[in-house]
Amino acid sequence: MRHFKGFLIHTILILVCFLCLLPFLWLTSTALKGPMENIFQYPPVFIPEDFTFENFRLVLALVPIVGYAINSFIVAFFTVILNLIFSALAAYPLARMNFGGKNLVFFGILATIMVPFQAIMLPIYIITLKLNLVDSYSNFQGYLGLILPFAVNAFGIFLLRQAFLAIPKELEESAVIDGCNALQIFFKVLLPLIKPSLAVLAIFTFIGSWGEFLWPSIILTKDALYTLPVGINDLQGAFSANYRLIAAGSMISIVPIVIFFVSLQKYFIQGSTEGAVKG
Amino acid sequence: MQTKWKMTPYLFLLPAIILLTVFFFIPFFQTIIYSFQDYSKDIYNPVFGTLSNYKALYHSPIFIKSILNTFYFLLLTTPFLVVFPLFLAILINQKIRGKNLYKLIIYLPVVVSIVVVAIAFKWLYAPNGLLNYFMEVFNLPAIDWLSSPNVAMASVAMVTVFKGVGYYMMIYLASLMSVPKELYEAAEIDGASEFRKHITVTIPHLMPTIALVSTISAISALKVFVEIYVMTKGGPLDSTKTVVYYIYERAFENLDIGLASAACVVLLLIVMVFSIINILCFERKKYGL
Repeated sequence: MRHFKGFLIHTILILVCFLCLLPFLWLTSTALKGPMENIFQYPPVFIPEDFTFENFRLVLALVPIVGYAINSFIVAFFTVILNLIFSALAAYPLARMNFGGKNLVFFGILATIMVPFQAIMLPIYIITLKLNLVDSYSNFQGYLGLILPFAVNAFGIFLLRQAFLAIPKELEESAVIDGCNALQIFFKVLLPLIKPSLAVLAIFTFIGSWGEFLWPSIILTKDALYTLPVGINDLQGAFSANYRLIAAGSMISIVPIVIFFVSLQKYFIQGSTEGAVKG
Repeated sequence: MQTKWKMTPYLFLLPAIILLTVFFFIPFFQTIIYSFQDYSKDIYNPVFGTLSNYKALYHSPIFIKSILNTFYFLLLTTPFLVVFPLFLAILINQKIRGKNLYKLIIYLPVVVSIVVVAIAFKWLYAPNGLLNYFMEVFNLPAIDWLSSPNVAMASVAMVTVFKGVGYYMMIYLASLMSVPKELYEAAEIDGASEFRKHITVTIPHLMPTIALVSTISAISALKVFVEIYVMTKGGPLDSTKTVVYYIYERAFENLDIGLASAACVVLLLIVMVFSIINILCFERKKYGL
């Protein structure tokens, strides 16, 4: 009976895992098929007969995928850094200090969680244009336009506020007695103590920013600043008939994030326990 | 000490407040203002104080359809995203080998860009693609996954489910860890079967998490966009046109600011209902309320 139960569980889970991998296996299979092979032949063939890496070489030569990846990385990296700094700074007084208007600030930030980005993106777009944060001025301004609207996130503020609340008050009090000012206490005493929460926030912000499609697709005008999701979507138009190249480009594009995920998997599990930030 | 630090809290909050003001509060109020402006006579000098945009939406069959489509999409995705990840989490939570590998693979679609997932599914859905081949293997008729108005929305929903299962499974796994082991032992002593144990112990204990997953998956269903943009562009025959896709078309293709903003306000109100329920009922602890 026990053996049967174990067997049943493994069978179901293996089947689910197969389904989870199927789209990526099919992309890989298509990307590895050479020009001599009809990729639409019926019934479909999984193992390439005319096996080749040529499609990967070709798509890298024709499309600046590495450049897209670098753009994605720059945007995600600075979005993470700014989120960590600004969220932590805002979370601290909300957790630890008393000041006039605290409730107003608290509920103001909470209100931002209820409003979806999609519902206010039109004025955000107009404001970003008016602030000249667009790639038609310079690459730097283009990056700013991609990063700043997402540089602080209410989820992050609340996540870190909870972390600050868990720190015993005595720690701060003894630091005050030792003559530390607010900034010193913040950077030297408190931030090191909330490292695990900072790591969770960093990872989920990174994944969210890396996968973001809607905003960059609206705001970008030059393909020099395309991030991976925008660039990969663009492949569909550029190689409308050449599925091999689209497949090869897509598979290349997911390599960095898969490596990132596999090497930091324990934080993903921890993030879920803390009521993860949805990417 | 309080007086000495008077400015400090505000200085700490300043960067976040500036950014939220520029990229959240101003756009938020602008959206509401735009929605009451009539741009039809002069796009540069709109007339304020009109309900014409809302009336136009009310009389627009496409907008009404996009609202209905959005709720249809919600009904297609949310029940599945509540139940199936729970089932998987219970399976993985057993004493089995290879737990971590299973978690890793099932979570993988969550981290991969939705654009890549949608492109891959577009091919799986092709008329002579892999899915129709499987249908044939099982002796079922071929389906026009993306080109039939009756099926297209379900096909898109399948992609959203594919992308979300791992995420919600992890949330369930996290709260499964908090179920006291003694409860299972007690149920075993009472002679409860494996299935019975989960009905009487696991499910009641996870009720708050089940409710949480229901609301957050409903909220993200209401905001669906990228899957549709990449796979169907709202077609065929507007059968996959959702509210956000409608807004996107009005705002960025037709440049109809008034109508788009009114649709935004409608979306906002719908999402807010779900969000308020979520925050007040299920996430009080997370936000310290």
